Amino acid sequence: MSNWLEKHLPKIVLGPSFLAIILFVYGFIAWTAWISFTRSRLMPKYDIDGFIQYQRLFDSPRWEVAIDNLFIFGFLFILISMILGLVIAIFLDQKIRIEGALRTIYLYPMALSLIVTGTAWKWILNPGLGLESVIKGWGFKDFTFDWVINPDFAIYTVVIAGVWQASGFVMALFLAGLRSVDQEIVKAAQVDGVPTFRIYTAIIIPSMAPIFLSAFIVLAHLAIKSFDLVIALTGGGPGYATDLPATYMYTMAFSRGDIGQAASSAIIMMIVVFAVVVPYLYSELRNKNDQ
Amino acid sequence: MFNKITVAALATTLTLSTSISYAGPKAEVLHWWTSGGEAKSVAVLQKEFSENGGSWTDMPVAGGGGDAAMTALRARVLSGNAPAAVQLKGPSIQEWYEEGALADISDVAKKNNWSSVLPASIAGHMKCEGKWCAAPVNVHRIDWIWANASVLKSNGFGMPKTWDEFNATAKALQAKGIIPLAHGGQAWQDATVFEAVALGIGGANFFHDAFVKLDKKALQSNTMVKVFDQMRTMRGFVDKNFSGRDWNLATAMVMNGEAAFQIMGDWAKGEFLAAGKVPGKDFLCASTPGEGFLYNVDSFAMFKVKGSDRQDGQKLLAKLIVGKNFQKVFNLNKGSIPARTDVALNEFDQCAHVSAADMNASSVGGTLLPSYAHGMALRGAQAGAITDTVTAHFNSNMSSKDAVAMLVKAIDNSK
Repeated sequence: MSNWLEKHLPKIVLGPSFLAIILFVYGFIAWTAWISFTRSRLMPKYDIDGFIQYQRLFDSPRWEVAIDNLFIFGFLFILISMILGLVIAIFLDQKIRIEGALRTIYLYPMALSLIVTGTAWKWILNPGLGLESVIKGWGFKDFTFDWVINPDFAIYTVVIAGVWQASGFVMALFLAGLRSVDQEIVKAAQVDGVPTFRIYTAIIIPSMAPIFLSAFIVLAHLAIKSFDLVIALTGGGPGYATDLPATYMYTMAFSRGDIGQAASSAIIMMIVVFAVVVPYLYSELRNKNDQ
Repeated sequence: MFNKITVAALATTLTLSTSISYAGPKAEVLHWWTSGGEAKSVAVLQKEFSENGGSWTDMPVAGGGGDAAMTALRARVLSGNAPAAVQLKGPSIQEWYEEGALADISDVAKKNNWSSVLPASIAGHMKCEGKWCAAPVNVHRIDWIWANASVLKSNGFGMPKTWDEFNATAKALQAKGIIPLAHGGQAWQDATVFEAVALGIGGANFFHDAFVKLDKKALQSNTMVKVFDQMRTMRGFVDKNFSGRDWNLATAMVMNGEAAFQIMGDWAKGEFLAAGKVPGKDFLCASTPGEGFLYNVDSFAMFKVKGSDRQDGQKLLAKLIVGKNFQKVFNLNKGSIPARTDVALNEFDQCAHVSAADMNASSVGGTLLPSYAHGMALRGAQAGAITDTVTAHFNSNMSSKDAVAMLVKAIDNSK
């Protein structure tokens, strides 16, 4: 009896959560995929009707804007957060005084919810209330900074707020990475008279490749599922200039009674996430098998 | 909180007193009237319902302008346990009827003679294939233009009668440093202005063809190009910080003289009145230039319920909603006008009188039209497609011709 229990205990303990995940994650992914092939409107219908929802989706100018925004936002957000995070981490790594305090200051935005970040930046960027009016008040009458109300530039304000929020977190990741580099190699290079800049570009940064990958994965999924930041900062506006796939899906499902559209956009979002995550998982699993 | 406690207390006393056999009529009501004036208005109905021996279960779901309530409703209907009455309006009543979820309350309507006291086009929304399935609560007018009286007077302007006059007035005011049009850059507000302009420039027939029938000829017509041209002109009359501004903040700009006009439904009147402003003296109300009347009618749709106590409650509720007393008290609180045309209006203000007179006149003249921007004329996906185009045009440099092409394509795609 006790032998049997010992043998099966892990399965028994893991069973309920495994079943719950199968049903509530993968089950509902399958349900959403099914709905995306139907003509569901207000309520779900289950008669398969081909790719009609996907045709409608890719004919919709609003979805086009949402997808373009995802790539602009995702690319800039990940790139700038990584560069900024790395630069701050390297500066903090110079054995400076009050490093602990500085690290906390840079990391602090991560403690805020994205709703708070979005609302604060909405006010900062509002031309009549924030930055523009302050600088005009200092006497620079021609200064304009109205990106948040300009449909061509509004998406970049989302990038600004997102970078402000995430770069501190990336810095913490990189700082941990910098500290884990073998100091013996660095010292050997210093003895050989290699300049500091070369030590970073040729030794330290290349040895941090796994950290880059982790940072990329974390930032990429943050970018793809980004929703609250846009809602708080611009509400998707001006017009729908800052719509992202997640806000598009929400509008279709909950405001417009168009569940089929919402399901098909959700499936496309999932495919984009898979495109990022699957290669990562694949390389991780392959490495393990090799060892 | 206080409300909840009173309701709970009322409900318990009622169930205690009548729990011997038949539990008495009862009704569960799903709505999203939770803010100050609105909550007060619902409390009126609750009180009247319990005075008539009913027990009311309140189910307020706030958030997202009814989005959250609709999500709750979907879950309730899917689980086969729908509330008796749900705050629904316009074509979404028909959508729920097509899902087979609505009850037939024709006997109540016949007994209380609804068809002769309600304007025909509003009654049309309350019927599902000829049978009554919903009860109207109020009529909001959308095509209002509100103005600061002293700003207009001190600059020697009156309320504009045509759009050209509006443009001229606006330009003159702008030159004097006054913001001509207080507006909030949210999609639904853009749509509100757009439909007032469309009605004014195109007239009632054009509006009906374009936004009720979605007739391609009307949608592609030169009139539609002119409507978008006027929207482009209006874009020049709003201030720089309009993006994302809430409608009540725009109303406040008119109130304190920062801006001259606002185009908004008559809930804006509630803001003026709440600030102690007097219609005709501090602020002016008029219909937007052009003929016609765009209505937004709030109503309660009656869902299929089981059990005679629930069905009786539903019928009692329907009778009270269209009753004279509730129609008067509710609308005094909410700023709208009664849906029935035979309610005495002597307690209502000047703007409500204008609204009621215009509603009766346009009902006779056939220019009483459903608002598209507020979900009365079209289903969600199609109204949304139009709004997408309107807001994209208003917030960019898109030409009117491109906007018309985009509009036609978006509507095709939403079907």
